[in-house]
Amino acid sequence: MTRFQKALRSSIGRKWVMALSGLALCGFVLAHMAGNLQLFAGPEKLNAYAKGLQDLGPLLWAARIGLLSVFAIHVATALKLAAENRAARPQRYAVTQHDTSTLASRTMVLTGLLVLAFAVYHLCHFTWHVGASDAIAKAVAPDAYTLASGGRTKDVYAMVVLGFRSPVIALSYVAAMAVLALHLSHGVSSVFQTLGCTSPRLECARKWAGPAFGALVFAGNCSMPVAVLAGMVGSEVR
Amino acid sequence: MSAKLDLKLHVWRQKGPGDAGRFETHEMKGVSDHISFLEMMDVLNEALIAGGKEPVAFEHDCREGICGTCSMVINGEPHGPLKATTTCQLHMRHFKSGDEIWVEPWRARAFPVMKDLVVDRNAFDRIVQNGGFISANTGSAPDGNALPVPKTDADLAFEAAACIGCGACVAACPNGSAMLFVAAKASHLNHLPQGQPERAARVLGMLDQADAELFGNCTNHYECGAACPKEIPVRVIAELNRDYAKAALAVEEPRAAGGGDG
Ligand code: HEM
Ligand code: FES
Repeated sequence: MTRFQKALRSSIGRKWVMALSGLALCGFVLAHMAGNLQLFAGPEKLNAYAKGLQDLGPLLWAARIGLLSVFAIHVATALKLAAENRAARPQRYAVTQHDTSTLASRTMVLTGLLVLAFAVYHLCHFTWHVGASDAIAKAVAPDAYTLASGGRTKDVYAMVVLGFRSPVIALSYVAAMAVLALHLSHGVSSVFQTLGCTSPRLECARKWAGPAFGALVFAGNCSMPVAVLAGMVGSEVR
Repeated sequence: MSAKLDLKLHVWRQKGPGDAGRFETHEMKGVSDHISFLEMMDVLNEALIAGGKEPVAFEHDCREGICGTCSMVINGEPHGPLKATTTCQLHMRHFKSGDEIWVEPWRARAFPVMKDLVVDRNAFDRIVQNGGFISANTGSAPDGNALPVPKTDADLAFEAAACIGCGACVAACPNGSAMLFVAAKASHLNHLPQGQPERAARVLGMLDQADAELFGNCTNHYECGAACPKEIPVRVIAELNRDYAKAALAVEEPRAAGGGDG
């Protein structure tokens, strides 16, 4: 085993793996959100964007496999670390007190696993259309929407609007984003420490980056189901 | 003016490493609030001995907050409720009459309980033996101040060097991680010119040993820094994370960290 391989298996090496994979996932979360916010720009914009992604072909598959691997690495490492951490204290304390640890920091595994469960639910819902209504099945037919350019594509816009008109579904997304925000509020601040940032000038950024990023992701992603539910978006879809 | 306290003490009793252990409850009447927590334990032990019972085993040495042996988790907090204070420096005036106090040993797989509140902290010594030192040629002592150390570096090194190796960081960490200890010992030397030649070998070696001792992994809860009686800043852990990555990625082989016993 080389020094580098050994380091990757060490406690600090895996800390780096968590931070770098977590950062990559943050990049995905941001890009995914920015793309989807085109919902507010209307059907033409959102459907053209969706078609653009589909047309990437093999590139899209490369991105999907990359994302899946990063997810797998992040989760597998997290579970291994968590199991070791439990084993490191076989006998619990009768009395425990928390000082600097937070609800977010103590529930990283739980919030992480809930985010994973949500990701599967989200794929079932918007990618595989499990249990889709007739209206949604019609919207996702490959020729449901005619673009200004003349090309035909799925009506992703209608699919999203129809999906979020169900209050149960819309609220499940809001709840999932609250969980993700909690995960990010500790995770993103934590990255500074893990990657060795010691600058006193960045003290404030370290502290607030996580909560700020979590709040941004929460607000951005929740704006879509909430706007649909409130009837502010998608009145043209019947 | 001194007050007398009536306390209900739940103390962890364990015959040896193999014993399951349990809490033993003692009603303490009229405890002087002038005495320290350890002296309160002495009072308890005198009474136990007078009653023909086995006294509670606990570690103590200097009783002035510098040796780091007085390891007790008091009501869920290593060294008790006072910030920046070891158990021996904690006085009973910080408790109220009628208080219930739970006293437990440091709990970590890497710190097995030897007896009652005494744990085996040799893991820390083995970590230091794996890099927490500098190699110096013997001979006549070098001139004082012959090796310039910038004030900022000296201050950073000193902050870390304040570590007394008590293990409160491990006891406080929800993951039973020793990262604050390892990082303090590394940071102390890594900020000084004398620490540079072995810097890479030091961080690799010390972390290797800490992992082998089966301490947990740091997930940035920072409970260690809050519990530390010497207020070592968690900044030293960030430094270690950075130094470790540099050492792991470096092209050249690190200078072997040798020795250790001397
Ligand atoms: C969108 C998905 C996710 C994102 C953006 C994300 C992001 C992050 C970030 C940035 C960190 C901080 C790393 C550090 O300490 O420096 C982190 C830590 C962590 N993540 Fe995630 N994560 C995601 C999904 C998951 C999932 C599915 C799990 C499943 C178990 C998970 C479990 C954890 C755990 C346990 C930690 C703490 C690890 C440690 O501090 O050592 N995460 N995550
Ligand atoms: S007995 Fe030495 S620090 Fe408490």
